[in-house]
Amino acid sequence: MIRASLAALLSHWWRHPLQLAMLLAGLALATGLWSGVQAINAEARAAYTRAETVLGQDQLDRIVATDGRLTVARFAELRQAGWPVSPLLEGRRAGLRILGVEPLTLPRAAAVPGMPMLGSDDLGEFLAGRLVLVAPETLDRPGVAEALAGLKPQAAPDLPPMTVLADIAAAETLLGARGEVTALLIDPGRPLPGPLPSGLERRVAVADQGLARLTDSFHLNLTAFGFLAFAVGIFIVHAAIGLAFEQRRPMFRTLRALGVPARTLGGLVLAELLGFALIAGLFGVGLGYGVAAALLPDVAATLGGLYGAAVPGVLELRAGWIVAGLGMAVAGTLAAAGQGLWQVWRLPPLASATPRAWAVAAGATRRLQALCGLGLLTLAGGALGFGSGLWAGFAVLAGLLLGAALVLPGLMALVLAAAGARARARGVLSQWFWADARQQLPGLSLALMALLLALAANVGVGTMVGSFRATFTGWLDQRLASELYLTAETPAEAARLREWLEPRVLAVLPIVSTETNLLGQPGDIYGIADHATYRDHWPLLSALPEVWEAVARGEAALINEQLSRRAGLGLGAVLDLPGGALPVAGVYSDYGNPSPQAIIGLEAFGTRFPEVQVLRFALRLPATEVEALATILRAEFGLRETAIVDQAGIKAFSLRVFERTFAVTGALNTLTLAVAALAMLASLVTLSASRLPQLAPVWAMGLTQAGLAGLDLARTVMLALLTAVAALPLGLALAWVLLAVVNVEAFGWRLPMQAFPGDWLWLFAAAGLAGGLAALWPAVTLMRRRPADLLRVFANER
Amino acid sequence: MNAKTILVGVWLGLALAGAAVAQGFADLGATVEGFALPDRDRVLEFPEDHAAHPDFRIEWWYLTANLTGDDGAEYGVQWTLFRSATAPGETEGWQSPQAWMGHAAVTTADAHHVAERLARGGVGQAGVTLNSGAAFRAWIDDWEMLSDTAPGEDALDRLALTARGDDFGYALDLTAEGPLVLQGDGGYSVKSADGQASHYYSQPFYAVSGTLDLPGGPVAVTGHAWLDREWSSQPLAEDQTGWDWFSLSFEGGEKLMGFDLRDGGEGFTSGTWIAADGTPSRLVPGALQADPLEYATVAGREVPVVWRLRLDDRAFDVTLRAVNPGAWMATLVPYWEGPVRVTGSHTGRGYLEMTGY
Amino acid sequence: MLHVNDVRKSYPTAEGLVSVLAGVSLDLDAGQSLALTGESGSGKSTLLHLVAGLDAVDGGTISVAGTALEGLDDKGRAELRRDRIGLVFQQFNLIPSLDVGANLAFQARLAGRHDRGWSTHLAEALGLAGLLNRYPEQLSGGQQQRVAIGRALAARPALILADEPTGNLDEASGDAVMGLMLGLVAKAGASLLMVTHSERLAARLDRRLHLRAGRLSDRVQP
Repeated sequence: MIRASLAALLSHWWRHPLQLAMLLAGLALATGLWSGVQAINAEARAAYTRAETVLGQDQLDRIVATDGRLTVARFAELRQAGWPVSPLLEGRRAGLRILGVEPLTLPRAAAVPGMPMLGSDDLGEFLAGRLVLVAPETLDRPGVAEALAGLKPQAAPDLPPMTVLADIAAAETLLGARGEVTALLIDPGRPLPGPLPSGLERRVAVADQGLARLTDSFHLNLTAFGFLAFAVGIFIVHAAIGLAFEQRRPMFRTLRALGVPARTLGGLVLAELLGFALIAGLFGVGLGYGVAAALLPDVAATLGGLYGAAVPGVLELRAGWIVAGLGMAVAGTLAAAGQGLWQVWRLPPLASATPRAWAVAAGATRRLQALCGLGLLTLAGGALGFGSGLWAGFAVLAGLLLGAALVLPGLMALVLAAAGARARARGVLSQWFWADARQQLPGLSLALMALLLALAANVGVGTMVGSFRATFTGWLDQRLASELYLTAETPAEAARLREWLEPRVLAVLPIVSTETNLLGQPGDIYGIADHATYRDHWPLLSALPEVWEAVARGEAALINEQLSRRAGLGLGAVLDLPGGALPVAGVYSDYGNPSPQAIIGLEAFGTRFPEVQVLRFALRLPATEVEALATILRAEFGLRETAIVDQAGIKAFSLRVFERTFAVTGALNTLTLAVAALAMLASLVTLSASRLPQLAPVWAMGLTQAGLAGLDLARTVMLALLTAVAALPLGLALAWVLLAVVNVEAFGWRLPMQAFPGDWLWLFAAAGLAGGLAALWPAVTLMRRRPADLLRVFANER
Repeated sequence: MNAKTILVGVWLGLALAGAAVAQGFADLGATVEGFALPDRDRVLEFPEDHAAHPDFRIEWWYLTANLTGDDGAEYGVQWTLFRSATAPGETEGWQSPQAWMGHAAVTTADAHHVAERLARGGVGQAGVTLNSGAAFRAWIDDWEMLSDTAPGEDALDRLALTARGDDFGYALDLTAEGPLVLQGDGGYSVKSADGQASHYYSQPFYAVSGTLDLPGGPVAVTGHAWLDREWSSQPLAEDQTGWDWFSLSFEGGEKLMGFDLRDGGEGFTSGTWIAADGTPSRLVPGALQADPLEYATVAGREVPVVWRLRLDDRAFDVTLRAVNPGAWMATLVPYWEGPVRVTGSHTGRGYLEMTGY
Repeated sequence: MLHVNDVRKSYPTAEGLVSVLAGVSLDLDAGQSLALTGESGSGKSTLLHLVAGLDAVDGGTISVAGTALEGLDDKGRAELRRDRIGLVFQQFNLIPSLDVGANLAFQARLAGRHDRGWSTHLAEALGLAGLLNRYPEQLSGGQQQRVAIGRALAARPALILADEPTGNLDEASGDAVMGLMLGLVAKAGASLLMVTHSERLAARLDRRLHLRAGRLSDRVQP
């Protein structure tokens, strides 16, 4: 019985291969986008874990100096006192995190797989400082090969990207930090001789989730997008399954009549769906892998650009997201088929409901949906008013999007009714056009909701990125006021350059900076000269009077917005700095930088950080002379190409980084929109069969098939455009939440929102295109239908 | 004492020089450019030669002691500091070409405690210094061999010795009761028929007292110790594969240092007979006959733990029996090292070291 | 008014081409009514569809009110249906998204011949005046068919084509609907071609023809 019943059930799909294709495609797409995003997240998280566990950072306690200055001598003293410690030197150079270790004392728990240990053949090379370990693809990144010139880099897959593991002697040389030690790792396998000498403190190992926390918002963003895409894809599945249930209703009835128990029939249908879910899920996971592999380099660039997080650009297959992807496929299928399954299980299949009855029932559902939607919108408003933090931001977003989606069908019904009422006067076709649109609404509303979400996300993200770009460009113009930027290789060269340049340009402005801890986070302190360039151009968000004079005198500091927001430091607050605290006299915007930053006067900087040498200069000169001067500098001083950068070059570079940063968002956006269009297509295909009895009388009364098809096409485009009208305010609200709430929480800066009406035109075009493309095929099918198909509607033996 | 040569050589080969283990047991077959070579004409000078010779490739301060506890039990103690260089000379900081390795052990009849320490040169974690007051100090981490010498005495005449591992430790006071002994030809010790050699002297006359810290509690001990000092740059022939080394003290006060360098063929034996007053007599190569009598399985290898030694022209024919056949040094480069009892024509105690098994 | 001359029509099926009409000719004058009877599958609905221009003939000619159908393209046939013909189906086939008033006026407005007075008269005559704001699914079968008849007549077509107009109704309401339809057709001055399998109903029309195996016979009684 089971085999025969299953064969009967499956025969439907053989007869309707397109439906099957739609079901599988929808499911595969939904699973694909979801698991693609999950794969990206998994890869990034794995990279953070690698970064946090390298050298057993999460397991080994360490000793640091309370004054921050550990030395090799201190290490030797501790060893002679019986402390089982191993020195670690850590620093940054050329964008690389350099880790120096001492293999002879390094605790086993700190060993990095692939690192030469005692007894291995290449330890000698490592100790000699020739062999260093680097993550495989880090070697291909620009600048890395130059930074490691003369060394023998070897790939170590377990190292986080942009990290170099070297013998401490080699690391000293790379970092120019002879005799320095960052921390001492304590070997957990050996007893400790007693209390620590003064001046030292023991830091207990913690799995520092710093990067994971910092990047949470970004991954949440991606996950939200993934879920959105998944939801949109499930609309397709719902449409396809709904159609299949509708069309197989007589078959169900017959099977039941022939003695198949409802339970068995339900089980068979469930098994069939699960089978499809698994097949499509596998395709989806494959698709997800493709999506993730294609997007990962951009994601990696984004994470690197925004947070300084190093994520590899190469994807690994991980069981976690594969299983999760299949699970989502199954869950999505069940969710999409729930209603149909319930009917098979529970309801005795009676005569099929008439379409209008369906519409009436849908009216009640619509009211309930609208109420829920309004509730969600209210909740979103509440979260905005009373919540705080990133999660509140996302709660607002979720409430806003979901609420709006639920309200949409009700709103559309109202609009269509109003339009229909006005259209009555304009002719019967127009009246029918609107009335029929209302008729179709229940069947299309899921797809329209999907379209709404996709369009709103497009507007929202587009507005955010646009605002960001506009602000960023303006900010770059301000901040990069100098025409030329120079980097000398040695202090002597710097001095020669300065001497030579001073009579030839309007101003030579030294730029000095040092990496340091600012309120517990790694950040930078800059020293800047007292010059009108800064006064006139530096983008201050807020400042005390006479701010530049105070900074020049070394009596005040400027801090970036990130530091101000994170530490809650306002004007006049006192900022702890190495060499003594300073009051904050100004806050400046510092887009694209994940770290805290402070600026103090050049002289004050020299006093506090005498070891930092002035190697970089900003030059002011007439723009027309830039090229000539650069040429002379290269020729006279033999400066390398990279040592001289003009303003335009930096701007171009910065904007390139910026564009890459948002490339992922753009790609996901487009994909979501495509899925939404597909959802509409699926819904329309589903509807087209049941619409024939509604269209045939109109045809019989004197409309051509082409006319009907045209009206259908126009109707769908009209619905899509109406959805776009609704999506516009929703998208702007979304953008506002992103800019004013989420960004502030996630990145630490707030951006002024700007409107881009030009983009809205594009939005309507996209909506119309999506609707048109989705309706095109059903319309063509309708146009090409043989009259016999339409006549069957009138056949008496129905 | 070529066993140590081999040890350090292997360590060097594996760990520092980056070369694969080749050329027999050691990679020391090839001359390393730049290192100083032992010189037959060089006269050793003290206290200067107690300190490190960084221009040579390898060097050690190697002390073994046969002790008796107040519980009447027999104990063996080892304290060794090896130096090894990838290039001649010393520089400050991590860039130093010197590396150090310490081995410490306490052997009882049924237990063998071992500890090992490694250190880079140039940073103060390990080293050997001799300051102007002739105060001698050899150390790695918290292990130390420190001279406590009165004016007019040799820097090595009185030593305080400490070391500890995870499950043992010791603190011993050593007092020399005889002179330094130059091994080989005035301190020039030939190690193969091809002429490989090292500079080699010993202080075999230490009286020892002190405390062993063992898992069962502290044990007061007394007895005798033997210190070997040796340095070289290329002491082994290419075909030599392993080494058996003997340092024995007999009841009449005489002592014997002997070694048997194994190769594919007859091997190369040599040594020094030391009279009770410290006068050394060089043994001609081949005069010492060393034959393994019984083997024990230690760490998965067959190791001879009972030996017959003969010096025909001295009517010397003894049997060496390991106090604890399981005296295996499970260190980075493993070997066998432990106390032995001597019976036969002469009776006494001593130390046996075997590598390459 | 209506001239059907030697019309042939066949449909492709799994067993090959099946001839449904094998040379049918008939004429219907203005104001006249004709009943077309026959067994199921005799081709009477097909003939009706061909006359309505819903499908094209394989051979022969049809002309309605002086217009030859075979010369018309899809658009022309749609115009003909809109302007000259009123259709009444067994399944009523109202437009579910429009209310009764809009359904009634639909074709007349489509044809641009909406006559408010005539429409009101039709609604009253058909007993629909109180139901104009209802939707089709809220009506009984008899009411729905009355809407369909009203819709067909509203544009004052020259020819009413009815396919088993009372086939879905019980005898009493069927008779009532039939009475209304005949009365209004006469009042509108239209011709009526009605397909039915009911001899009783056929007897109420001016003429009747019997279709068997795709051919007409004038035999009044089977």
